[in-house]
Amino acid sequence: MALLEVKDLHTSFFTDAGEVKAVDGVSFELDRGRVLGIVGESGSGKSVTAYSIMQILAPTGKIVGGSIRFDGQELIGADESHMRKVRGNRISIIFQDPMTSLNPTYTIGHQLKEAILLHTGRNKEEAKERALEMLTLVNVNEPLKRLKQYPFELSGGMRQRVMIAMALACEPDILIADEPTTALDVTIQAQILELMQDLQKKLGMAIIMITHDLGVVAQMCDEVIVMYAGAVCERGTADEIFYTPAHEYTKGLMRSIPRDENNGQRLKPITGTPIDLLNMPKGCPFAPRCENAMKICLTQRPGIMDLGGNHISACWMNYKESAAACAAPEGDKA
Amino acid sequence: MSVNLSKKQDLLEVRGLKEYFDINMGFFRTRPLKAVDDVSFTIRRGETLGLVGESGCGKTTVGRTILHLYKPTAGTVIYDGTEIKDSRSLKEFRKKATMVFQDPYSSLNPRMTVSDIVAEPLDVHHLYGSRKEREERVLELLSLVGLNSEHASRYAHEFSGGQRQRIGIARALAVDPEFIVCDEPVSALDVSIQAQVINMFDDLQDRLGLTYLFIAHDLLVVRHISDRIAVMYLGKMVELASADEIYRHPLHPYSQSLLSAVPMPDPKAARANKRIVLTGDIPSPLNAPSGCPFRTRCRFACERCAESMPPFEEVEKGHFVACHRIGEI
Repeated sequence: MALLEVKDLHTSFFTDAGEVKAVDGVSFELDRGRVLGIVGESGSGKSVTAYSIMQILAPTGKIVGGSIRFDGQELIGADESHMRKVRGNRISIIFQDPMTSLNPTYTIGHQLKEAILLHTGRNKEEAKERALEMLTLVNVNEPLKRLKQYPFELSGGMRQRVMIAMALACEPDILIADEPTTALDVTIQAQILELMQDLQKKLGMAIIMITHDLGVVAQMCDEVIVMYAGAVCERGTADEIFYTPAHEYTKGLMRSIPRDENNGQRLKPITGTPIDLLNMPKGCPFAPRCENAMKICLTQRPGIMDLGGNHISACWMNYKESAAACAAPEGDKA
Repeated sequence: MSVNLSKKQDLLEVRGLKEYFDINMGFFRTRPLKAVDDVSFTIRRGETLGLVGESGCGKTTVGRTILHLYKPTAGTVIYDGTEIKDSRSLKEFRKKATMVFQDPYSSLNPRMTVSDIVAEPLDVHHLYGSRKEREERVLELLSLVGLNSEHASRYAHEFSGGQRQRIGIARALAVDPEFIVCDEPVSALDVSIQAQVINMFDDLQDRLGLTYLFIAHDLLVVRHISDRIAVMYLGKMVELASADEIYRHPLHPYSQSLLSAVPMPDPKAARANKRIVLTGDIPSPLNAPSGCPFRTRCRFACERCAESMPPFEEVEKGHFVACHRIGEI
């Protein structure tokens, strides 16, 4: 049984302008010790998916359907006291912006100890020791001094390390990293990614890596989910997504990033503008921007096409291959 | 206008540019923050010079100081053979050199219509005879960046990030410039939109013969668009060479680690990539190390590096580096 099973998750925000379906039928599974990447552009619902798992949505947001099973237990509808035991203890999250996600009025030590005291049976003295140990683990120099410092005294990379230390203090089974390096410079980003990889191996936790940077995904992830307009449009191993993308949106993304092979040539961008979630098209949400859109794409939303193995795509272009994969015996993919 | 015949192809020359900001340290005490410290380079007509570096390295300040949005503390900017030194030369210069800003959300006035935003440079420089002419020019500019006439009477908040950046580009093109400083013009945009805007920069360069100073921290984007690339660290320029040369044979230890830190959008390459991970953070520019600014994080630092700043020298044809140990490592 997978550690985390998300099935047909629907999360909506109820605004004055109407219902915004931020997450519109997302399913995936995550096993222990695996790194899952969720990519997509802004507004594609990748962060809301994570916040739904943690149930830390803004007051206007509501999970309207689906199931989230963590370690065999259903989280949707679970009472707050149960969620409190899961949140920060067994599933932790680190946010994009290390500048604003630490409390400026408390010391680093206080904030680190808070999580430890809340979730483990340790006393204050032991919590302090644990905090020190965590800061050393994430390679913060002079950890003893840092415990007494306030967030403003630390650099961006250092703050993100503190956030990671805080998230890992209770040895979670799953770490959700929501754009953990987007606000950082590349050399600092390399340090943080390296650190996350090391810790993941050492502690054996699973990571959900939310990002829009395909480079980060290529480096970190075993499996990748590509999201568009609140839905999964493709899922597969990192190699499948990068080398044999099936969905037209994924193909477009791969073509539009500058890399070695297309250096000096014109990029082939995805045309059009991102989708307006209040005005969703009837068929495939990507159809208005898709250069290979067919008649059926405009009228009927594609279902999940199974391409063999763990590779799925929601694109009518894959209909034939999917039928072939279904007909072929398990493990024998065309 | 005097044209320097020996270097006719150079459109812009920057010599010994310095920009120091005074930082308040308490009662009547200030300390200079050396945002840009003795930077020299040239940009040829029609080329794109990429300027890369991490936040706080002074790349944006270089762009702004060239356009004299900040008054340079020292150094000269020579444009097309004319030194920019008084308000007259500056006004002429600003008709030929404009800027596209990073944040398409805060760089457009929310109270102005798109047509007023785009026409503002025309108003400032009195570049039209009648209202009709102004209107026609606005529509021409909008069509140049892929927007149409129905967009002209709307306000900035009605547009997506990519469209806003197009409006910012139309504004920069209004005076019919030769030279544009592009300050992180695509970093606020999504990947799929980024490629559209990068292509537009390419097309406009071909059509209008523009010269760009392209400032960005995304090294893959910079490599794609630039002919030559300059790398900055803590206010100093540490390396300058053709885009391919920098990517294939970076010579400065900082450029080497910067490039190896870029996550490649290719799982196999990412697995094979041997990263040179730098330790530590960038020092504060208020407390810059003596000598070479990079020595505190450099694997090859020696005593000499603490004593003096290495000169910015041409070590191979067209490849400039500032490193003491360049022959040894």
